Amino acid sequence: MATGTIARKPARRALAGFLWRHPRAQLSLLLAGPIGWLVIAYLGSLAVLFIAAFWRLDTFSGEVVHEYGFENFQTLAENDVYRTIVLRTVLIAAAVTVTDAILAFPIAFFMAKVARRRVRALLVVAVVMPLWSSYLVKVYAWRIILAEDGILNWALDPLGLSGPGFGNVATWLVFSYLWLPYMILPIYAGLERIPDSLLDASGDLGGGAGVTFRSIVLPLALPAVAAGSIFTFSLTLGDYITPQIVSSTQFIGNVVYTNVGVANNLPLAAAFATVPVAIMILYLLAARRMGAFESL
Amino acid sequence: MQLSRSARYLLRAGTALTLAFLYIPLAVIALYAFNERRTLRWPIPGLTLDWFGRAFENPGVRDALATSLKAATGATAIALVLGTLAALAVSRHRFFGRDTISFLVLLPIALPGIVTGMALNATFREVLTPFGVGLGLFTVIVGHATFCIVVIYNNAIARLRRTGGAFEEASADLGADTWTTFRLVTLPALRSAMVAGALLAFALSFDEVIVTTFTAGQQQTLPIWILANLSRPNQLPIVNVVGVIVIALSAFPVYLAHRLTLDPEGDSAAVAPAGAAAP
Repeated sequence: MATGTIARKPARRALAGFLWRHPRAQLSLLLAGPIGWLVIAYLGSLAVLFIAAFWRLDTFSGEVVHEYGFENFQTLAENDVYRTIVLRTVLIAAAVTVTDAILAFPIAFFMAKVARRRVRALLVVAVVMPLWSSYLVKVYAWRIILAEDGILNWALDPLGLSGPGFGNVATWLVFSYLWLPYMILPIYAGLERIPDSLLDASGDLGGGAGVTFRSIVLPLALPAVAAGSIFTFSLTLGDYITPQIVSSTQFIGNVVYTNVGVANNLPLAAAFATVPVAIMILYLLAARRMGAFESL
Repeated sequence: MQLSRSARYLLRAGTALTLAFLYIPLAVIALYAFNERRTLRWPIPGLTLDWFGRAFENPGVRDALATSLKAATGATAIALVLGTLAALAVSRHRFFGRDTISFLVLLPIALPGIVTGMALNATFREVLTPFGVGLGLFTVIVGHATFCIVVIYNNAIARLRRTGGAFEEASADLGADTWTTFRLVTLPALRSAMVAGALLAFALSFDEVIVTTFTAGQQQTLPIWILANLSRPNQLPIVNVVGVIVIALSAFPVYLAHRLTLDPEGDSAAVAPAGAAAP
């Protein structure tokens, strides 16, 4: 027992000394786990997915054939249905982004420039909590609200109106709801960085609220809006569950999911999945030009 | 700043409207959990606690809850180790490719969930199936851990940047070795940030559905159970109850994490969007 502890202590101490003298060894020990995991498990998986996009499905046996070719991309490019689906997904993603930017601005401005510290802290929590609460349950809540005999139709009925029902409008509405906090928080952070003196100076020089907003607030807040839009755009592009629950139309994600699960056509699904990734890469490059990355 | 009365009024109205938009659906689902009637027709006739009892007796719900808890615990544990190690490396060392690490850690949630899910699914099927490992709890944990690393990493690195390396150097000057310094100096400074990150990772894993659908195989987590039962009218009252429980179980850790990471200014960076994740 006693010799054990004596023998262990110097060894431990020696290793500590070794690590202290060789920071590179210490660094390797720290990084081995995380890099191993992210590069092997994750980047490796992405590589498999990318390679799978060039495989093909044998239509007779239903088995994936590991031969390389551009068949899947050809199928996607030549088929009108797939083009319509990509267009629909991108248009809804754009509409959601614009809607969220408009909805987010007043509350973000109020939080950043008007509210007192206590109210502001409270509002931050109020915006953050829905962001973290279950995605699926929120979509389901909208299904209840939008249902034929649901709350929305009940509330609109006395006015002689009715809700949008399930479809593209519902999808747009629910996506806008789901990703709104992702837009509010970056805009709030961006507005907070604008010095009050600029706004006061604009007012002193005779600029009204409208002029100050257009020529001071909006240009300075634009990178933050671009930062928020990365989330609203990307999250909409990759989603397939919301369209499935509140509409019957197909999005990129639905096609991908059906081909992986039901049709067992991994190569085609993988090829189609490169579409949102390519769109996102272009989007990220554009966002970087607008200075969005400094606002993340 | 100076605002005209009407501008101030408009801002308040806009803020109130957005808050209402954010919270009405959550209130609706909470209310429906107590709905006396089986259908989703509005207005609801009365309130009852019956469905809570039924939900807790439901074997499907119990199994799914157990699976969710196991998956979230496993994923959080792995992510906690990997995220903290990565944060220590990036904050306390200079090396080639250091900036790439933050990007690499963020990638699993920055890419659309369906891409991450499919990539893992393809790999698991190509690589693990030959070894006789099918899709199940293990693959769910691997998938969740991958996108949970970022929340731990972000929390840990923010704390490490704020505390700086001076205390650790002082500890070394006073004769403490690497282990003692870590135990007595680095860890105590880091602990609450790690707990906050772990709570967020737990909440993230507990709610996740898209990556899970690709990695779970026959296993059902609670969100997968909800998804599977949405189209079954006679299960809807129980789905409502499960929905409320899921919201409560994720809201509580997030609120705790927020409290744990408040800085003296009263701001918390922990739960901000870059640390937040795609569902």
